[in-house]
Amino acid sequence: MPHKVIDVQDVVIRFTGDSGDGMQLTGSLFADTAAFFGNDITTFPDFPAEIRAPQGTLSGVSGYQVHIGSSAVYTPGDYCDVLVAMNPAALKSNVKWLKPNATIIVDIDTFDEKGLKKAGFKTDDAFKELKITHHNIIAPPITSLTAESAAIVGLDPKSGVRCKNMFALGICYFLYNMSMDHTINFIQKKFVKDQALINMNLKVLKDGYNYAGTVEAIADTYIVKPSKQEPGIYRNINGNIAVAWGLMAASEKSGRPLFCGSYPITPATAILEELALHKDLGVKTLQCEDEIAGICTSIGASYAGSLAVTTTSGPGLSLKSEALGLAVIAELPLVLVNVQRGGPSTGIPTKTEQTDLNQALYGRNGECPVAIIAPHSPSHCFQAAFYAAKHALEHMVPVILLSEGFLGNGSEPWKIPDMKDFPTINPPLAEKLDDNEPYFYPFRRDPETLVRRWALPGTPNLEHRVGGLEKNHQGAVSSDPHVHEQMVHERAEKIARIAHVIPPQEVIGEQEGDILMVSWGGTYGHMLSAESQLRADKIKVGLAHFDYINPLPLNTEEIFKRFKKIIVFELNSGHFVNYLRAKFPQFTYMQYNKIQGQPFIVAEIVEAINKIVT
Amino acid sequence: MKFTPQDFKSDQEVKWCPGCGDHAVLAAIQRALPEISEELGYSRERYVFVSGIGCSSRFPYYMKTYGFHGIHGRAAAIATGMKVANPTLSVWEMTGDGDSLAIGGNHLIHAIRRNIDINIVLFNNRIYGLTKGQYSPTSQWGSVTRTSPYGTVEHPFNPGALSMGARGTFFARTLDMELQLTRELMIEAARHDGTSLVEVLQNCVIFNDKTHSIISNREVRADRTIVLRHGEPMIYGKDKDKGLILDGIKLKAVTIGKDGITKDDILVHNAEEQDHGVHMMLCEMQWPEFPVALGVIRRVKDRTYDDMVRDQLTEVANKSQIRCMNDMLRSGDTWVVE
Repeated sequence: MPHKVIDVQDVVIRFTGDSGDGMQLTGSLFADTAAFFGNDITTFPDFPAEIRAPQGTLSGVSGYQVHIGSSAVYTPGDYCDVLVAMNPAALKSNVKWLKPNATIIVDIDTFDEKGLKKAGFKTDDAFKELKITHHNIIAPPITSLTAESAAIVGLDPKSGVRCKNMFALGICYFLYNMSMDHTINFIQKKFVKDQALINMNLKVLKDGYNYAGTVEAIADTYIVKPSKQEPGIYRNINGNIAVAWGLMAASEKSGRPLFCGSYPITPATAILEELALHKDLGVKTLQCEDEIAGICTSIGASYAGSLAVTTTSGPGLSLKSEALGLAVIAELPLVLVNVQRGGPSTGIPTKTEQTDLNQALYGRNGECPVAIIAPHSPSHCFQAAFYAAKHALEHMVPVILLSEGFLGNGSEPWKIPDMKDFPTINPPLAEKLDDNEPYFYPFRRDPETLVRRWALPGTPNLEHRVGGLEKNHQGAVSSDPHVHEQMVHERAEKIARIAHVIPPQEVIGEQEGDILMVSWGGTYGHMLSAESQLRADKIKVGLAHFDYINPLPLNTEEIFKRFKKIIVFELNSGHFVNYLRAKFPQFTYMQYNKIQGQPFIVAEIVEAINKIVT
Repeated sequence: MKFTPQDFKSDQEVKWCPGCGDHAVLAAIQRALPEISEELGYSRERYVFVSGIGCSSRFPYYMKTYGFHGIHGRAAAIATGMKVANPTLSVWEMTGDGDSLAIGGNHLIHAIRRNIDINIVLFNNRIYGLTKGQYSPTSQWGSVTRTSPYGTVEHPFNPGALSMGARGTFFARTLDMELQLTRELMIEAARHDGTSLVEVLQNCVIFNDKTHSIISNREVRADRTIVLRHGEPMIYGKDKDKGLILDGIKLKAVTIGKDGITKDDILVHNAEEQDHGVHMMLCEMQWPEFPVALGVIRRVKDRTYDDMVRDQLTEVANKSQIRCMNDMLRSGDTWVVE
């Protein structure tokens, strides 16, 4: 039966199954294929903390959502056009994400009595129970078909059935007229040592593709045309890798070798893993005995002259607080990357939140300001990490890069930059004593920036001591009340003056008027999509999305003055809005908050604005 | 350039209590450094003294070298980062029994396990001095302190045994008043490639006075301590008539000429034996059953962490085509948009 090929602007596909079903891989293969084809993509892995939760249960459901478009897409999409559900539990926990006319692909073999019971269904008709009535259901017996293929390839059924995700992927490729080449290459490379597994995966992938070509449920197929992209070399990148590379770029541009002391923690571990790969560029990584050693080895490396980095997530930031204070008082450059996750305590480790902002701003003893930068998309993590390192090195301060699980794991196509387009980084290295300096005064400051000089061990005649005790400009320990107060003010002012070298805040959409939407960090894509939808609906709003949290851009106050209402959106109970209230109390702020471990959906942002307008 | 101890003295006033054992250690190290510098060809700017928190951790301020006064317990981690970042530095960690065996115990054992080439000087006075007299992880069982008014009910750590357990490659012990021995051991520690741990049995004159005096008093010291030297028989005592033998699988203190024991029966100290069985027993020796062991108890060769880090960087770089960020960013899965 010849299919009609229908052009669509964009499509959202959600791959779901047991955490052992390989849904993350399936989703990322689909995403890569779309990106290679020239679609814009945004991805959202949504998985449980357990590596293998009890099979077939709701707690074990792992998901990977891909949004592909023929023009720019900024979010992974609110609701999906296609849901792949490899078992009843996956269907049950994801039915809420279906668009009204979505296509559902299930492995009907798993909808047996046992499977339905594990997922908590009360009847033998899962679809009826979930009130799935208007959807297009494709329900091949994937498990048994895959087992048959295994027999043909000569693989035992158990290892064979592990490839069943490829069947679903094959169907999706057919449905969206996509090439299987990228996936085929991937399989051939990945299983290069096991020809049987190559044969099996390729057979199941093609079986799925061919099945889709014959099944009646698929009347038409779709195509998402390539998006218009700037010419250049592209690659897919997720936020964690982009952070690692941004730091490496800063190392190259500063001439300071990169050192990362860290400890594995979800969802930040991939940064340490990525950095550990790049010994060919001189990157030193040290997987420490704990989070505290992570930051303390980095502080030691910083004192010795490295671009020093430590990476973590919320609970690790708590453990590092004391040492972060040491870096503040010793005035050493340090980048602390915190990939936020749901808290408090262990919280929900694999889910995204913006709930560490208060901790980043205030979570230390004493007067202890640090600079804070928040990346706004997976690829922006590169730039944000680069500038976090630049500011740390040039201002001799710790900088917290406040990323999010959503950015760290999410991916998008990225036009690879040329390093010649990035500025050099000039840390204030001291090579000899100043005039009128009998010995090195570690806290003698540049009068304009208040930045101290960095004298590296090994430099003759600049021997000096720093540490956690308050000191005067000459570096002598001091508990003089005036010295302390002065140093407290200078450390704070030094951070504040970074505002002179950061770009002014931009406003997207309306430049003045009734409503200013304010946001920061990983919510950018959703905010941007909401702004454009509101504009399409003829509702005029401005959007100020902040990358620089501390210090804030110098024009922040001036922007706020231009709007009648300010509404701050964030994935916490109101950390940023309260910070703004303290900074600029003359304005009245409204707030929209969500603390569900999930990103915003565009529709709720639009609805929140609509409520204000009407 | 030749240095004198004076070249290592900072202009800061030394603020330890009069009579504190720390003064002697400071003097011993300031005397050892000119010799180390000459032997190893180090200039002054290569030394970094790193510390945690506690009385002994004020040490870096009194040295005219690079110095870093860290936070409680973390000196080993800070020192590790420095050494990995710049392996040409001579990194010295000054720490105490509270700093390194309580709050910083984890960093200590992992530094030793990695065998990073730093020198750790552990001032063991069996008490928290800077917080004014609470028991520490090395306080003897039953010690009466401000936080143990009825005596501690905790078993103390033995830093030497801990070092052996962590597969340490160098452990030495000295007494604060044995300035000459301390100086000698600092030179030995500096020579050793790997983590050198030197325990100094040190007196806190204010909060734990005479804690080591049962073995350290001048009148009894020779009979109650043994200074071990590699390749020499384990003989001690004022009259050089006492020694150690192996009795079954245990050490035994004996008198030469008594019970048929001759000089030939006495164990010869082999600090370079890989098996740490005897070293462990030597670390654990306590008066009155045994003399307390001083000197270099263990000194074995093994690969150091910083060397292996350097070698791996070179090896990977030699095999790689990637020379800069532009190369790296364009490697792997990419596509071109025309």
